[in-house]
Amino acid sequence: MDVHWFRYASPATFYGLAGKLAPWFGWGGVLLIAVGLYWGFFQTPDLLTDQKQYYRILFVHVGAAWMSMWLYVVMVGWGLVGLAFNTRLSFMLAAATAPTGALFTFLTLWSGAFWGKTSWGTWWDWDPRMTSELLLLFLYVGYLALQSAIEDVHRRDRASALLAAVGLVLVPVIFWSINCPDPNQCSALHQQSSMREIEPNIRIAWLVTALGFWLYAVAATLLRARNLILLREGRAQWVSNLQEVRA
Amino acid sequence: MFPLGVGVETGLLQKMAGGVVWVAALLASMLAMERLFAGDYADGTLEQILLASPPLPVIVLAKVTAHWLLTGLPMALITPLAGLQYHLPLPAVQGMLVSLLLGTPVLSLLGALGAALTLGVRGGGVLIALLILPLSVPVLVYGAGGITVCLAGEDAQAYWLLLGALLLLAVLFIPWVIAQALRIALE
Repeated sequence: MDVHWFRYASPATFYGLAGKLAPWFGWGGVLLIAVGLYWGFFQTPDLLTDQKQYYRILFVHVGAAWMSMWLYVVMVGWGLVGLAFNTRLSFMLAAATAPTGALFTFLTLWSGAFWGKTSWGTWWDWDPRMTSELLLLFLYVGYLALQSAIEDVHRRDRASALLAAVGLVLVPVIFWSINCPDPNQCSALHQQSSMREIEPNIRIAWLVTALGFWLYAVAATLLRARNLILLREGRAQWVSNLQEVRA
Repeated sequence: MFPLGVGVETGLLQKMAGGVVWVAALLASMLAMERLFAGDYADGTLEQILLASPPLPVIVLAKVTAHWLLTGLPMALITPLAGLQYHLPLPAVQGMLVSLLLGTPVLSLLGALGAALTLGVRGGGVLIALLILPLSVPVLVYGAGGITVCLAGEDAQAYWLLLGALLLLAVLFIPWVIAQALRIALE
């Protein structure tokens, strides 16, 4: 069987595919987030005192933090694919990923602030883990600002992809600041990743929610990419033949 | 200006000195950045540079070096003066000199990348700051951190080695990225 690797690299074919896939990812994401949060809030054993129930913030916080880093890598990946193969669609996907990534970064910081207030008595601390996440937010904001500043689409795509690729050097810093190999060498207010020590029920709920966030991110990206395609390819014949455009 | 703003206590000034000097260095390198390629871009010289026979990254490195000689180097040379104003002991002044000599070239390179990406874009100056500040944080942290360690009378070699590593990486890779950014801007 012949595989056409670049069949869906054309905006015209991808538009339909994205439209078909987006609801699956979207509803799948909603379902998984609902199941994960229900499990996390009601089906985990009560090991801690009432005072410590704030730990349930982690069901949102950790998944959002993972997504904030992962979506940045995805965004850079699409940008590099675009620079290498000169495909318009890759740049559109990169641009479509950025707002969702920025949203998850903000959600991480925000839920983290609630955690900090209840647990450590402070909304914010200049601890390496929080600071590096804040830098990630600035990277996303810088990317979005560069996108909106450059008017020529061709140049906008390339310049912002290059900027994002340079910013990639900060992602390992964030990752290893939380997954530090030697805990004695990186003491800070924010705790280490406790993925491996945690109670299994909590871990399941946490992973399910994170997966739900992932599916949601895919759905949001696909829908946003569809809008970008319509915006940029507005004059093409196939766009004016679309049912939703005619109506 | 800072001593007038926060008061002239010796202990406070000593603690602040490293951070203040580094923020000043960052702003100083940012100030002239927008003009780095703008003049050449406006009168067409940049197109000639792109077409010239020497490799573009080499020319870019030369331009950035010139920028550093006019912003980073003077900043490093006035450290003894700043040291006096902030009541720093001699080892801390030496540390300040080393950290600025190692760190400011990286700031110049990063700033030039921002300038190349935002070439001819409206609101370029503010945009450069937004794009480059998150990337310059590691330099700032190690530069100011090294000065603080010197002030405490300890050996800051680890900081200088890390700053040196950042400098080597930046000199190797960033001119090439700037060259790509310039090509994109002039396509």
